[in-house]
Amino acid sequence: MADTIIFQSLPARPAPIKTEGLIPWIRSNLFGSWQSSLTTVIVAGLLLYFLPQFFNWAVLTATTNNNADACRADGVGACWGVIKEKYRLILFGRYPFEEQWRPLVATLLMVGLVVASCTRVFWNKWLGVLWVVVLAGYFVLMSGGVMGLSKVTTDRWGGLPLTIMLTTISLVLAFPLALLVALGRRSHLPAIRSFCTIYVELIRGVPLISVLFMASFMFPLFMPQGVTIDVLIRVLAGITLFAAAYMAEVIRGGLQAMPKGQSEAAASLGLSYWQTQFKIILPQALAMVVPGIMNNFISLFKDTSLVTIVSMYELTGSLGLALNSDADWRPYKLEGYLFITGIYFAFCFAMSRYSLWIEKQVNKSKLR
Amino acid sequence: MTTQAQDNIIVFDKVNKWYGNNFHVLRDINLQVKRGERIVICGPSGSGKSTMIRCINRLEEHQEGHLTVDGTELTDDVKAIDRIRKDVGMVFQQFNLFPHLTVLENLTLSPMYVGKVPKKEAEEKAMAQLKRVRIAEQANKYPLQLSGGQQQRVAIARALCLTPKIMLFDEPTSALDPEMIKEVLDVMVEMASQGITMLCVTHEMGFAKAVADRVIFMDQGQIVEQNSPHEFFNNPQTDRSKDFLSKILGH
Repeated sequence: MADTIIFQSLPARPAPIKTEGLIPWIRSNLFGSWQSSLTTVIVAGLLLYFLPQFFNWAVLTATTNNNADACRADGVGACWGVIKEKYRLILFGRYPFEEQWRPLVATLLMVGLVVASCTRVFWNKWLGVLWVVVLAGYFVLMSGGVMGLSKVTTDRWGGLPLTIMLTTISLVLAFPLALLVALGRRSHLPAIRSFCTIYVELIRGVPLISVLFMASFMFPLFMPQGVTIDVLIRVLAGITLFAAAYMAEVIRGGLQAMPKGQSEAAASLGLSYWQTQFKIILPQALAMVVPGIMNNFISLFKDTSLVTIVSMYELTGSLGLALNSDADWRPYKLEGYLFITGIYFAFCFAMSRYSLWIEKQVNKSKLR
Repeated sequence: MTTQAQDNIIVFDKVNKWYGNNFHVLRDINLQVKRGERIVICGPSGSGKSTMIRCINRLEEHQEGHLTVDGTELTDDVKAIDRIRKDVGMVFQQFNLFPHLTVLENLTLSPMYVGKVPKKEAEEKAMAQLKRVRIAEQANKYPLQLSGGQQQRVAIARALCLTPKIMLFDEPTSALDPEMIKEVLDVMVEMASQGITMLCVTHEMGFAKAVADRVIFMDQGQIVEQNSPHEFFNNPQTDRSKDFLSKILGH
């Protein structure tokens, strides 16, 4: 009888060529092939050519003097004085100058509320109460008419506070609506399914501008005599319905990707339809579409700039308002646009980073 | 007659089912399952085995005939379906654990939300079931962190948390590596000794010989033959079952 051979595994050893670290990264990503090396060289050359010129214009020869004549002098680059001169008008639009502390406080409250809602420690039952309180405070501060605050009608609201408020409120309303529509499009009840499908197709078939036009100008024609709904509310409803249709399709994509076995397992355990959706299907489906939903959020934030079309001057609109009305400063639009670009970018970048964090949280269960 | 009806926990009476208009997947199924009986169902793929057991907890609807489970006939009555699902546990080929919940949460979900059991009690019971399937130390891991065999044992424990009267197994070992099949079968053998009614779609003939009271052979939506395991394997009655057995036992 032969002896049994004892199996012995070979010891693991490190890879012969390093694949982690800065130099291997540069080698594989920037100079991986001759095409890639060529592209790297061309892009680096263009950057070396243009960046110093931009730096020269934006910093070295720029002036921060808020005197239009100083900007017109020869050899002067960027005229940041326009921001110094007009920032109140750009940031707050036509809101009465003396009262601009009100939108400032109200907006800080709202941003604080949004940041709190995005933070784990605040995810408890009091968050809903906090929302009601802050929103009530927001509208009291903004419109006034009580507690000695002078009345400011919504057509004078503007600038960054309007942008943030339109985004926040329409997102908060659009998200649950989108959930229901996404579930509705997969319902086995034909009436609900066709209603949701028609809604999505109708809204997606028209540009946001026309939705806003209809909300602002056509809707009042159908109202009974003497009944008016504030244009702000009509516009909010328009943006919400628009955003929800797109978001619903993103969420439906996540629902479609769910294996049938998940709902079957839930059914076999006796869970009802709504229990199955809220405990099993939606948590997983939403986790899959976090990048898509965040895409919607970010584009909605920027889409609010379209409300200028119905004479509501949010950030982009109030920049136009600030510069077009003043012949001295009108030539320095570029600086103004760079300024609000920076503001838009800061908000969008924060949203994008937050989305990465959320992705990490929801994917914890997939880590081995 | 009445005592016999009470003894039968599941009764298929001329049950027919179609997928779409033309695919006649179950044809005149007549089957009585006694309380505590352990049945193994085998047959080629597409023969309707899975569909038949999935009718028992209404994951599939039959279109003709009568299907009675524990004295309640399955119809569109949602309340009756809910009641039956509490008494029928099911284990799937692909485990179908909820990947976003921990093992323990997978087990307590239904007792807490369907059975309205307090959290602490549900967790105690879940831990007892996890011990029974010998996996208690993994309670706070997520399903995807476990091996296939461990996941399937969790799935069995999850179904047992409802204290079902009937357990349905739909090819529970078909998605497992050969080395993991045994640990799942061991758990099932242990369950079989506890007197629960079991219907198991499987091709594990060793399991069938060891625990089944009856083997059912299906083909083309019909029950072709049913017999005790000993008789079925040693003395098959139909040419179709002889042919099938020669293929799966041929090696």
